[in-house]
Amino acid sequence: MPNFIMSYLRSTEALTPGSAGSQFWALIYVLIIFAGVSLAVICMNWLERKALAHFQVRLGPMRVGPHGLLQPIADAVKLMLKEDIIPTEADQFVFWVAPLIGLLAAFTVYTVIPFGPTQAVSDMNIGILFMLGVSSLGVLGIVVAGWASNSHYPLIGALRSSAQMVSYEVAMGLAVISAILMTSLNTSGTGTLSMIGIVQAQQQQGVWFIFKFFPLGFIAFAIFAIAMVAETNRAPFDLAEAESELTAGFHTEYSGLRWSLFMLAEYAAMIAVSAIAVTLWLGGWMRPFPNLLHAPVWEFIFSLCPGFTFAGLAAITLIGTARMPAHSFFKIQRIGLAVFAVLLGFIALLLLVIAVAGRSADISVAARFRDGIDHVYWFVLKVAVFMYMFIWYRATWPRYRFDQLMKIGWKVMLPISLGVLVVTAIVGVIVK
Amino acid sequence: MNPGMHSALNSAVTAANGGMAPVATPWFFYSLAALAVISGVLVITRRNAVHSALALIVTLLSVAGLYLMLYAPFVAGVQIIVYAGGIMVLFLFVIMLVNLDRASKDRQFNRIWPVGLAAACVLMALFVSVIVKGKALFTDRGMPLSESSNTQQIANALYGEAGRMGQYTFAFEIASLLLLVAILGAVIMTKKKI
Repeated sequence: MPNFIMSYLRSTEALTPGSAGSQFWALIYVLIIFAGVSLAVICMNWLERKALAHFQVRLGPMRVGPHGLLQPIADAVKLMLKEDIIPTEADQFVFWVAPLIGLLAAFTVYTVIPFGPTQAVSDMNIGILFMLGVSSLGVLGIVVAGWASNSHYPLIGALRSSAQMVSYEVAMGLAVISAILMTSLNTSGTGTLSMIGIVQAQQQQGVWFIFKFFPLGFIAFAIFAIAMVAETNRAPFDLAEAESELTAGFHTEYSGLRWSLFMLAEYAAMIAVSAIAVTLWLGGWMRPFPNLLHAPVWEFIFSLCPGFTFAGLAAITLIGTARMPAHSFFKIQRIGLAVFAVLLGFIALLLLVIAVAGRSADISVAARFRDGIDHVYWFVLKVAVFMYMFIWYRATWPRYRFDQLMKIGWKVMLPISLGVLVVTAIVGVIVK
Repeated sequence: MNPGMHSALNSAVTAANGGMAPVATPWFFYSLAALAVISGVLVITRRNAVHSALALIVTLLSVAGLYLMLYAPFVAGVQIIVYAGGIMVLFLFVIMLVNLDRASKDRQFNRIWPVGLAAACVLMALFVSVIVKGKALFTDRGMPLSESSNTQQIANALYGEAGRMGQYTFAFEIASLLLLVAILGAVIMTKKKI
C-alpha cells in the first residue's frame, strides 16, 4: 500500500491524523464523522418522536417499518420531493445562503471533538476556543434567515434568537473558563485549551472535573448544561421557534430541503455542545474509574461493555419481534424487525470477539482496535445521555417567557458563573 | 509536564521533521488576502446594510485565517469569538431594527468622501513604506514561533512568568479598566434610575 496511507498506521506515537500531518487519514476521519453525525441525527429524529410520544402515552410513528423505524427515511424523501418555495419579497441570495451558514458552523466544530486520544481529526492547540467560536457562528444563520424571509414572525424569531444567544454565551464562556482553570492545577502550573489535553488533564489528576472541588465543578457544569440548551434553541428555551406565538419562528418561510438543512444543523449543534460538556466535565473518552480499577481483569470487563450494549439492544429488538401482533398484516414488519435484531446481534458478536482478541497483548493490532472502540463507545454513550436529556427537557418543562429567559441569563446564571470562577481560582491557589 | 504539553511538544517535533510543514502557503495567503479585500470593498459598496454586515463577517473570518497563517491561533480564535460571533450578531440585531427601505434610498456617500479617500491614501503610503523599509524596522527573528505555545507566550507576556511581572501587565490592566469604565458608562446612560 502507498506510503501516505501506511505511515500513519505504522507510527508508534499516539497522534491524531491532523497532528501527524497525514492528510489522507484526516480526510477519512472527516468522512467517517460526517456519516456518523448524519446517522446520529437520523436516529435522534426517530428517538425524539418515539420518546416524546411515550412521554405523552402515545405510540408515535408506527406505520413506516416496524415501530416506525423507517420513518426518518420516509421523512427525508418527503422533504426532498417537496416544493422549495422562496417568497417573492424575500432577499433571494441571503435566503439561500442562511441554512448553509448554520450547517457549516455546526459541522466545522467536529474537527476538534476528541472521540478518543487519537480519534479526532486534529488536536488544535486552541481546541475549546475554536469550538466555542465556530459554534457561536451558527446563530448568524438563524438571524440572517429570519431577516431574509421578510416576514414578521421570522424576524421576531431571529431577534429573540440573537438576544438569547448573546446573553447565554457569556455565562457559558465563564463556566468553560472555570473548567479550563482546573487543567492548570498540576506541577508545572500550565493549563491547556486543547480538547485532548483537557481530557488528559482529568486523567492525570484522577478526577472528572464535574467532581473536582465539589460542588464547584458541578455548579459550573450545571450552568453549562443550562446554557447549552439555550444556545441550541431547544425547549424550554425555544423562544426563537415558539410555535404557539410565532408559528415556527425563524424558519416559518422555509420548506423542503432548505428546512431540513436547518433541522440537520440544529441536531448537529446539539451533539456538538454535548460533546463539549462531556469533554470538559465528564472525562471525555475515559471509562469510569480508569485509575482506580486499572487491573487487566477490570480492563477486560469494561472492554466487554460495547458488545453487551449491542447484545442488549438485540435482545430488546427480539422481544419486540415476539410481541408483534400475530395478524398476517404484520408479517413483513415482523421479518424486518427480526433481520434488524440479527444485525444488532452480529455487531455485538463482532465487538465481543474484538474485546476477547484484544485481551492477549501479543496481538497488538486487535488491542489497538479494541482501545479505539472503547474510547469511542464511552464518548458516544456520554453524549447519548445528553441527547436523551434534551428530549426529556422538551417533554417535561413548559416554555419560558422571554423576560424570564433574560432574567435567568443575566441575573442568575451570570453572577453564579462569575462567583464559581473566582472561588475556583482561590481554591486552586490554596490547594496548590 | 502535563500530558497536553506533551502532545503539543510531540506535534512541534513532527513540525520540525517536516510532518506538519505548511502546505501551499502563498496560495492560502493570496486567497485569504483577496477574500478580505474584496469583501471589505463590498462592505462599503452594498446598498443593503445586512449585505454589508455579511461581507464584513467574511472579511473578519479571512483575517482570522491570516492570523492562523502567522502562527497565532489564539488571536485567530479570539477574533472569531469576539468579532465574527459576538459583535456581528449585535450589528445584525441593530440593523434589523432600522428601517432599511428608507435607508436604502438615502445617498450612499456624503460629501466628505474625498477626505476619507485622502486618509486611506496616507494609510496606504504608510503601509508601503513599512513594507519597503521592513528589514530595517523589524529585526528578523528567524523561524516563526511554533503555534503550539502561542497561547502560553501571550499569557507570559501579559501576566508574567515565574513570579516576575509580565512585559505588558500594566498596559493590559489599564485597558481592562478602560473597558470597565465603558461598561459602567453604558449602564448609567441606559438606566434612568439607578
